[in-house]
Amino acid sequence: MIFLLLITVNSLVAQTTAIENETMASSMRSNGKIYVVVAVVTTILIGLIAYMFRVEKKISSIENDLKK
Amino acid sequence: MKISWWKILSIVLLAYAIIGGLLLPVPELTQLGETIRNLYFHVCMWFAMMILFTFSVAYSIKYLRTSSFQYDIKAKAYADVGTFMGLLGYSTGAIWASYTWADPNNPAYASFGSIMREPKLIGAAMALLIYGAYFVLRSSIIDMDQRARVSAVFNIFSYTMLFPSIWIIPRLLPSLHPGQEGNPALNFNDIDSRMRMVFYPAVIGWTLLGAWITNIKIRTEMIREKNIL
Repeated sequence: MIFLLLITVNSLVAQTTAIENETMASSMRSNGKIYVVVAVVTTILIGLIAYMFRVEKKISSIENDLKK
Repeated sequence: MKISWWKILSIVLLAYAIIGGLLLPVPELTQLGETIRNLYFHVCMWFAMMILFTFSVAYSIKYLRTSSFQYDIKAKAYADVGTFMGLLGYSTGAIWASYTWADPNNPAYASFGSIMREPKLIGAAMALLIYGAYFVLRSSIIDMDQRARVSAVFNIFSYTMLFPSIWIIPRLLPSLHPGQEGNPALNFNDIDSRMRMVFYPAVIGWTLLGAWITNIKIRTEMIREKNIL
């Protein structure tokens, strides 16, 4: 009985990993892995924009200090 | 902190340019292959440079008309970021050319001699060096009013030199660079309509990012010079 249960769980796990592999194949690993490039470049853009906001915030606060 | 609408627009357009630029379909061309997507990045640098230099010369003329020192600060900041965009355009072009123009049977540096003879490359280098002279001129004059006046006049000269050096002369000579017969990337007949959907937003996005950086430079400079403004 326990043996049977183990086999079922095992096959289920195997199945889910297989499905996971498939989803990975359909998005991140497909098309010559172009989506990896998109992810990398988007990360750089987000970092750049976040930095722009930081500088913007800093200079706004200095401007406000000067106005007082 | 108040963020203007055009800064948000810049973020949205850049995100679209990068994701759409890498994923949306492009025409298949021999030799270029996927590198045609560089149109959204390399060419946009030059467009942004032209637009920022136009702002710079407009502020220089405004300075000469009003002698108000803030216009000198603005003209300098726009020229600064414009030159930066131009340098980025130049170096991205160098990477692109070494994989499309260079002979694949030889190492890239073996084709260096013929690539460096490109009129468009020489013209672009000339234009950027003239702007380099603008910054040298600025930093060599100590008197503030004189510096602002002389450099404003020189800025008009450098902007005028842009047209022969990057638009006119390269078209009179044989060249590998596209855009020989018309306006590169603007001509409705030679750019694929699918690419136009990404290219124009990308130009606006990169230009607005350049304007954003310039905006921060101007505000920093205004704070530094607050005693004389």
